[in-house]
Amino acid sequence: MESIWLIPLLPGIGAAINGLVGIRFFGKRLAGVLASFMMGWALWLSLVAFWELLGDEDRFHQVTVASWIPPIPLDTVDGIGSFSVDWSFTLDPLSAMMLLIVTGIGFLIHIYSIGYIEHEPRGGVARFFCYLNLFCFFMLTLVLGSNFLVMFVGWEGVGLCSYLLIGYWYQKKSASDAGKKAFIVNRIGDWGFVLGVFLVFFTFGTLDFRAVAEAASHMPVETAAVGFGVISAICLFLFIGATGKSAQIPLYVWLPDAMEGPTPVSALIHAATMVTAGVYMVCRNAVLFTHAPMVMEVVAIVGVLTALVAATIGLVQTDIKRVLAYSTVSQLGYMFLATGVGAFGAAAFHLMTHAFFKALLFLGSGSVIHGMNEEQDMRRMGGLRQYMPVTALTMAIGAVAIAGIPPFSGFFSKDEILFRTYLHHGVFVPDKVLWGLGVVTAMLTAFYMFRLINMTFFGAYRGPAWGHGAEDHGHDEDGHGHAWHGPHESPRWMTIPLVVLAVGAMLAGFVGVPIAFEAVWPWTATIEHFLHPSFVAEGAHAAEEAHHMSLLGELGLMAFSVLIALGGIWFAYRNYVERPEAAERLAESLAGPHRVLTNKYYVDELYDATVVRGTMGSAGGLWTVDRQVVDGAVNGTGWTTIAASWVSHVLDKYVVDGLVNLTAWLCGEASYAFRRAQTGLIQNYAFVTLLGVFAFVTWFLVAR
Amino acid sequence: MPAGFTAADFYYLLPELLLTGGALLVLVVDLLFPRREEATLGMTLLTLAVTGAAVVGFTGVDTTISAGLLAVDGFATFFKVIVIVSALLTVLMSPSYLRVEAVRAGEYYFLILCATLGMLFMASGIDLITLFIGLETMAISFYILAGYLKPNQRSNEASVKYFLLGAFSLGILLYGMSLFYGATGTTSLGGMAEALAGGERSLMLSLALVLLVAGMGFKIAAVPFHMWAPDVYEGAPTPVTAYLSVGSKAASFAMILRIFIEGLPSLVADWQLLFWVLAAVTMTVGNIAAITQSNIKRMLAYSSIAHAGYILIGVVAATERGVAAALVYLWVYVFMQLGAFAVVAMLRRQDVIGDELKDLSGLYLRKPFAAVAMLIFMLSLGGIPPTAGFMGKLWLFGAAIESGFVWLAVIFVVNSVISLYYYYRVIVFMWLKDETAGSDIVISPAMATALVIAVVGSLLFGVYPQVLFDHAQIAADMFGSAVSTAALR
Repeated sequence: MESIWLIPLLPGIGAAINGLVGIRFFGKRLAGVLASFMMGWALWLSLVAFWELLGDEDRFHQVTVASWIPPIPLDTVDGIGSFSVDWSFTLDPLSAMMLLIVTGIGFLIHIYSIGYIEHEPRGGVARFFCYLNLFCFFMLTLVLGSNFLVMFVGWEGVGLCSYLLIGYWYQKKSASDAGKKAFIVNRIGDWGFVLGVFLVFFTFGTLDFRAVAEAASHMPVETAAVGFGVISAICLFLFIGATGKSAQIPLYVWLPDAMEGPTPVSALIHAATMVTAGVYMVCRNAVLFTHAPMVMEVVAIVGVLTALVAATIGLVQTDIKRVLAYSTVSQLGYMFLATGVGAFGAAAFHLMTHAFFKALLFLGSGSVIHGMNEEQDMRRMGGLRQYMPVTALTMAIGAVAIAGIPPFSGFFSKDEILFRTYLHHGVFVPDKVLWGLGVVTAMLTAFYMFRLINMTFFGAYRGPAWGHGAEDHGHDEDGHGHAWHGPHESPRWMTIPLVVLAVGAMLAGFVGVPIAFEAVWPWTATIEHFLHPSFVAEGAHAAEEAHHMSLLGELGLMAFSVLIALGGIWFAYRNYVERPEAAERLAESLAGPHRVLTNKYYVDELYDATVVRGTMGSAGGLWTVDRQVVDGAVNGTGWTTIAASWVSHVLDKYVVDGLVNLTAWLCGEASYAFRRAQTGLIQNYAFVTLLGVFAFVTWFLVAR
Repeated sequence: MPAGFTAADFYYLLPELLLTGGALLVLVVDLLFPRREEATLGMTLLTLAVTGAAVVGFTGVDTTISAGLLAVDGFATFFKVIVIVSALLTVLMSPSYLRVEAVRAGEYYFLILCATLGMLFMASGIDLITLFIGLETMAISFYILAGYLKPNQRSNEASVKYFLLGAFSLGILLYGMSLFYGATGTTSLGGMAEALAGGERSLMLSLALVLLVAGMGFKIAAVPFHMWAPDVYEGAPTPVTAYLSVGSKAASFAMILRIFIEGLPSLVADWQLLFWVLAAVTMTVGNIAAITQSNIKRMLAYSSIAHAGYILIGVVAATERGVAAALVYLWVYVFMQLGAFAVVAMLRRQDVIGDELKDLSGLYLRKPFAAVAMLIFMLSLGGIPPTAGFMGKLWLFGAAIESGFVWLAVIFVVNSVISLYYYYRVIVFMWLKDETAGSDIVISPAMATALVIAVVGSLLFGVYPQVLFDHAQIAADMFGSAVSTAALR
């Protein structure tokens, strides 16, 4: 455990090697293998650290590598405090779980990328792996950092890498625009995060997570009766940061556009890891948030609304990756709903299962896109199951998992969230409303997911035709060169990670079996017990909240949500497999809502009309000031020069006109004047110096 | 052996002796192999390396030598390392520049080493006479170096201006020094401190103090004693400008810290006030003037003026932390400022002077490595994390707050924001403007080495500043007694 600081550093070294040397000298395979090797190594270290943590009684280990920011006296609420920050890393259950997710799934996605990216030019491959490794470096820093500032380094760093990778195909305008959009929208969130961090230091005099939690646990819970206090303010600011990074209302707009990046990037950054950083951060500060129940309620409302809104938009998208993007936004909403109702363990659990099945779905969609020669529109797919069986099977597993069918992983985590929401008593929202919205979202999820599966893998093939030449035989290995030979299964670099992730998506749920199944499965709620120490202050091992629910009621709720999910699946099957024309008729009969959904509620247009235009307008105003004032000064200098040259031009004219006698005299005079101006300048300089001395002396003698 | 000298003195003078010997050898090598410039270059680098090794060898030593004229302590060692590293970087960026300018290299390197020698004495002198001789050694070398491009009018002009104004300001400085000698009867800093302790503030002392501040203010280019800097920086050969703006400034700050904190602790309230005003005015004027510059060297000159203002905050604070902050800042300043000048020197080609902002246009497409390096230097100068410049600013900020100079800290932060405007403008030119004409940019191996060192320095001390902090703290410790006197006032 002493060497956990090495875990982020390894991909960092990989990024440095690929970036400095690789882009120029490495072959495609070497760049990929190097990056994957670094991730594999990090994964190994993470497993070792995890194993050691299991044997550790405290379940907490902190390593300080070096001091970073020297002690600086800064104002806090209790007088002058000492602001100092160390490069220190924490291993506790929560960060250990994240560590395994990031290195494990990151490693698989690195392997997958070797196959996915092989058509790029050589330098581009190294650049891609450099960014990917750099991302893992920052993500692991974010996860392991034991204070707000180290986390912030990772937080900003993953934002940077996300920007770089979304705009990986920078010649494509839509891609570079999407990169910029992601970057700018995230800055808005970061503004909130930074303010939150300032306020944390001002309030607690430290930025260390554990010390903050310890201090906060001694402060009163800011219920509606107590009022909106400083902890509530901190939590609200932090949550603004989380909405940016984790794509929640109102800052979710960047994530669907981020699909312009290569698909492994979407899987790693925009599904499994980076976008969950907001959830992670909220869980990390669970003690703070539990002291601000009103903000928790806001978190829950924002979460459930995001889940619902994104799911409805996902219903009508036709781009395979965009469906998954909205699905990600929606699932992140679930996680925030969980944190909002105080079920931090359930949020982290869902984060983990989601990482498996969503990475699987994204990689599967990448495999489809790869096999369909960069086609992303599901209307031009269909029946692909016979061409790419592995992809079809694994993606179907992912879809079943996300839909929440037992015993796949999504069922356990989603059900836990819905169950805890059902029990939750809100501050402003009537009971069961949040739960109701969550259940509706669950049905929509099942529907749009199976709509995707059905449109892609079932029914008749609707894609472009391809040549059935005799030379097709024997081209199985590279059927996707410049000539496309029809849909085909992806190479093994890509299918093996799919299979591994599918196994994970099937089994990951068993670490969090509900207590209701105690009779048949003795290891219930393992992950919740494991994570629990991370969500309470040190020493405050309060009894876990009792679940006031009869066994029958709990089982009934479970059965209900499974039925809901099955209903969604059935509806999708009926509309997209049995009677494909039914879907179109439905869209026509509901033309109005359909248009609103296809246009994503016009949110992008709304932001464009208000925020973007407003910013552009004020920037234009500032630009005018800049042009008038600053350039005025520059141009003024220019004008002086021009005027001087005009004078010399007039003199020149005289010379040309033959005033020979005057010439010598004028030239001499001009040269003399020039020289005199030079010496005059030095005298001026000396004069200014003396003036300074006199001013100081006078001031000293007279004023003091 | 001169009276009052012992064999130990020569032992502790080893770095200076090695440097002197090396400088003379450079001349000899140049005579022996007039056509082999790399021989001269190699000899220069060797001299600096050996001197550097000798300096580092005295880490941890704290003693006074040569009958109380020189000190070999943590403070001196820290500054000597700064000076030698900046000399090294300057020498590395020189050969390709000198080749394009078609001037002989021999005396050039000799003069650089002479200036370095002067700076070493400025770092270790604890007597007004020693300090003054060090200053003169350095200054005279720079007068010649500024005019080293003989056929170039701008270079000549720079040299003459620097010489005349330098002589003028030295007069002021000497006047101040002699008044102090008159008041105390000694030139030793320790003696001065003793003689002045507990005494009344007189008219003569006030006058002497102002003259001393003005004389030193000229050397660090503090407003209003800065007028020479932009013209000289623009005209002098770029590597010389670089060395002038870093080495000379660092050595002058060493001298300021020595004289005022060690020699004049009883007048602390007076000089704190003087330096407060000087710092505020210097950083503000420097930054505002830099905004409209279209010539990079002039822009960097004003930026360097502004940085002198920042570093003065450490002097104003007059605490151990203040001194340490000034040391930290000067150390990181070496890398970012010399790096920026190295890029400017690199732009000099047969057909391009390369010191206008527009010459940077499209640099990213031509030389991505150099453009990224310049980006890092600009961010560091602007004080953006995770660069070293941020750490330096943070220390100065902390020192100002700790000593209660909150308003100075506010002015400092506002100025940092202003400065971002012109640093970012450089980045805009490198990335967003189309390439300009001109022959290919060639990065020589020596230049590449200089850039790599500067980049590593600008980043390393931003993320792993511990080593630097420890050494700066050790160096500032020697002021412990003086500082506590100052704190008592």
